[in-house]
Amino acid sequence: MRLFVSEGTPGSLPVLAAAGRVRGRIELLINTVGPEECVVPFLTRPKVPVLQLDSGNYLFSTTAICRYFFLLSGWEQDDLTNQWLEWEATELQPALSAALYYLVVQGKKGEDILGPLRKALTHIDQSLSHQNCPFLAGETESLADIVLWGALYPLLQDPAYLPEELGALRSWFQTLSTQEPCQRAVETVLKQQGVLALRSYLQKQPQAHPSEGKVVSNEPEEEELATLSEEEIAMAVTAWEKGLGSLPSLRPQQNPVLPVAGERNVLITSALPYVNNVPHLGNIIGCVLSADVFARYSRLRQWNTLYLCGTDEYGTATETKAMEEGLTPREICDKYHRIHADIYHWFNISFDIFGRTTTPQQTKITQDIFQRLLTRGFVVQDTVEQLRCEHCARFLADRFVEGVCPFCGYEEARGDQCDKCGKLINAIELKKPQCKVCRSCPVVKSSKHLFLDLPKLENRLEDWLGKTLPGSDWTPNARFIIRSWLRDGLKPRCITRDLKWGTPVPLEGFEDKVFYVWFDATIGYLSITANYTEQWERWWKNPEQVDLYQFMAKDNVPFHGLVFPCSALGAEDNYTLVKHLIATEYLNYEDGKFSKSRGVGVFGDMAQNTGIPADIWRFYLLYIRPEGQDSAFSWTDMLLKNNSELLNNLGNFVNRAGMFVSKFFGGYVPEMVLTPDDQRLLAHITLELQHYHQLLEKVRIRDALRSILTISRHGNQYIQVNEPWKRIKGSEADRQRAGTVTGLAVNIAALLSVMIQPYMPTVSATIQTQLQLPLQVCSVLPIKFLCTLPAGHQIGTVSPLFQKLENDQIESLRQRFGGGQLEESLEFKAKASPKSTVVETVTAGLQQIQVLMDEVTKQGNIVRELKAQKADKNQVAAEVAKLLDLKKQLAVAEGKPLETPKGKKKK
Amino acid sequence: MAAAAELKLLEKSLGLSKENKYSAQGERQIPVLQTNNGPSLTGLTTIATHLVKQANKEYLLGSTAEEKAVVQQWLEYRVTRVDGHSNKEDIHSLLKDLNSYLEDKVYITGNNFTLADILLYYGLHRFIVDLTVQEKEKYLNVSRWFCHIQHYPGIRQQLSSVVFIKNRLYTNSH
Repeated sequence: MRLFVSEGTPGSLPVLAAAGRVRGRIELLINTVGPEECVVPFLTRPKVPVLQLDSGNYLFSTTAICRYFFLLSGWEQDDLTNQWLEWEATELQPALSAALYYLVVQGKKGEDILGPLRKALTHIDQSLSHQNCPFLAGETESLADIVLWGALYPLLQDPAYLPEELGALRSWFQTLSTQEPCQRAVETVLKQQGVLALRSYLQKQPQAHPSEGKVVSNEPEEEELATLSEEEIAMAVTAWEKGLGSLPSLRPQQNPVLPVAGERNVLITSALPYVNNVPHLGNIIGCVLSADVFARYSRLRQWNTLYLCGTDEYGTATETKAMEEGLTPREICDKYHRIHADIYHWFNISFDIFGRTTTPQQTKITQDIFQRLLTRGFVVQDTVEQLRCEHCARFLADRFVEGVCPFCGYEEARGDQCDKCGKLINAIELKKPQCKVCRSCPVVKSSKHLFLDLPKLENRLEDWLGKTLPGSDWTPNARFIIRSWLRDGLKPRCITRDLKWGTPVPLEGFEDKVFYVWFDATIGYLSITANYTEQWERWWKNPEQVDLYQFMAKDNVPFHGLVFPCSALGAEDNYTLVKHLIATEYLNYEDGKFSKSRGVGVFGDMAQNTGIPADIWRFYLLYIRPEGQDSAFSWTDMLLKNNSELLNNLGNFVNRAGMFVSKFFGGYVPEMVLTPDDQRLLAHITLELQHYHQLLEKVRIRDALRSILTISRHGNQYIQVNEPWKRIKGSEADRQRAGTVTGLAVNIAALLSVMIQPYMPTVSATIQTQLQLPLQVCSVLPIKFLCTLPAGHQIGTVSPLFQKLENDQIESLRQRFGGGQLEESLEFKAKASPKSTVVETVTAGLQQIQVLMDEVTKQGNIVRELKAQKADKNQVAAEVAKLLDLKKQLAVAEGKPLETPKGKKKK
Repeated sequence: MAAAAELKLLEKSLGLSKENKYSAQGERQIPVLQTNNGPSLTGLTTIATHLVKQANKEYLLGSTAEEKAVVQQWLEYRVTRVDGHSNKEDIHSLLKDLNSYLEDKVYITGNNFTLADILLYYGLHRFIVDLTVQEKEKYLNVSRWFCHIQHYPGIRQQLSSVVFIKNRLYTNSH
């Protein structure tokens, strides 16, 4: 081992004395280093003596080094010794280092030195005399004696500082000083110069203060910021000073929203959810929520914006469901359309229109496009071999056939697409096909059908893509999917089905057939707009003036990027085609997939029952938006993001900024006199704001959210560094500074309230109410950071924005939505009816719950009666057991955590 | 956290059922343990060490001479450096040092959980809860260690659980 010391280090005295007492031999190399040399790699400040052990570890505490030497000799420390050592470190050392500093460096003398120390010295003296022992911890010498002696020696060796009256201390000190190891340590360290030998070392030390050893601060490391040029700063300041004046005036609200020549006209669609599936979080983030953020952003930019969506209602699934529930397909659609609308309403989705596909307009437009395609020769007729289930007496829609994928051998491939390899399948190509309803093997029958001749349209499509893709904001996955389809070559796609619930095919011989959703669902966007305004064609047949943004999950890319454009190009009617196709990847749930059939995951209608506000859901879903790669919803992560980013970062900042205005300035924004630091902050915020704009213009929604959080972090740091709560109590200049900091901070909060509007509209509105932000400021997001709350502006009442999410709460939600207990009954249901959806199981669940509740009540009465009759104990116990079992079943059915069945609980 | 409250936590985590009585001494409220047999004990680390022995869990004080010295060194560090320094800069320089110390260690002594981990955890808790996400990321090793200790069975008890984020947020800050 290696001991590092410096010339004149006081700590060397006890260390050398302890080393000298070690029983047996130790290899101790002594290195003398400069007093400012950092020997210990992990300590910022130089420290000696230090003992480097053979293991490589360091002992940097004088006492620990001494202790180590003692332990090597087998001497353990008892409580009393430890108590002395702790006292030495916490009480004696601070006083002693200060005294030595005064004496050696500052040349003070007498009572100046002794005064602050007297208490400690008296304490030692009294302890020694009370115990009536020669040593601190008893009859024999201990580690405590060596450490305290070593600490005191430089001072007490001068008799002037060893008062006569402290006899016990004197005698203890002299006993130790005459011991050989101690004498040798003294010779080595003090070199017969007395306390002056410590001078060169102590001079290099920061001045010690008795009882509060202040440490020289290390510069706090700041987040690395972009370097700003003087021009950038000057421009930011100019923009800031212009303030409200430079905001564009508000566009008048128009109804209906229609494209305006010479303006930017943004048409936004979100993939149409299938009507009788309750959307899960993945669906919500993939389409409606992502599109909503962009629509809100687009409106904040004062772009002329129309955002539409609706339920996709035609198809077999609806028909079958209607049969099951004894309703007409129309009634089923009405029912579920409302469920969808309610969910999106709860999530605060700002549709201009939320329509549906089962309207006369849909029929009119679909048939028109079809006729145009037909006359232009893009529709061909063919006879199709189709699977028919004789048992169910009907042709099987693709989704009602399951079998082995002909491409990859996946066992549970659907009739239209394989979930594993993603390839599209012709149902009759499936190996070992099975009717999903009755599990019998369907037979192949022929039926006449119409096909969209995609190969004939391929050239037009390629031309269009060649013009559209460069410079557009198609997501890479969408480009990739389209490219691979084109590479494989397009094939004619069947656009009719043997169904009733659909858009009728206007062609002789096809009266009992309807259009397949592939063909007509995307036309839904047009018909929904047509139901909104008669002038729908100004949006949909206006490619020059309208920028069409379409949002979807990646499985929908072929319909929007390929099939519909082909139909539209073939129809030759100047349709507006997608300019920016925004496709997300998949969102997983915890470690797996959302699964309706297994009840795993959170579905739209359940989110509102969690007690977590919609804005928090929005924030978290957008924070983990599967942008560029799959992501996963995790309860724990949601808690973390809420507590760290919303509560501690954003919420904390906005709240503090507002509170300072209320508390220190009576609710009026104070005068701001910007320092160069403040100006730099303005420039940084402007820079981050521009970054936010760049990202959102490219529909990088998740990344832009990070910019918001960065600004709020800047704001928090700004407040933290400038401490307005302290300055407000200071001088006139300090108070003015507090005003500037508060004013700038509350303006940052105002900016943030607008920036978060696309993400968290309710929180945004709350902040804006709290700050009494003028309407114009709330409705427009400028490119530069402006002073929107000038001095004298009166704000409203400020209150916290976010609530902490607790572990228990999140844990119980995780259990509730984990599937698990529900799995069994749901799988059973799935077998009985393949179209079972969550809604269905929830309603079924409710019936079950009701039954169980009744039974619990009944059984409860039985138990009570038996108890009242003072019946046989065993009999009572048996009935109680039944009751508990019923309660347990009920808890499972309700998805509640099980209560411990321990009978009475105290409240 | 008052020293007496901390010692109560320690008693519980050590599984000591007998409740000791504590009083506080002086301006800095140094804890004093009143014992039935023998004199009282003064000082947090002294009492803590005593409690560990009382619980027959001497392994928590280290098993080799080196470990024992390291444990006591960090206990001293706890009462001299961590306590009484509410000054933010001090705390940050302390966290910086501790962070680089913990770079290659699971526990304070390296591989074994000891009293030093417990008392440093208790002592640092009030500072760590106030750290921003960014700071926690900056003191990554401290965060890792702290998170580890707070999940150590029986240690945290009613202290609030500090949240650490698994994914780094600030790697490409600009």
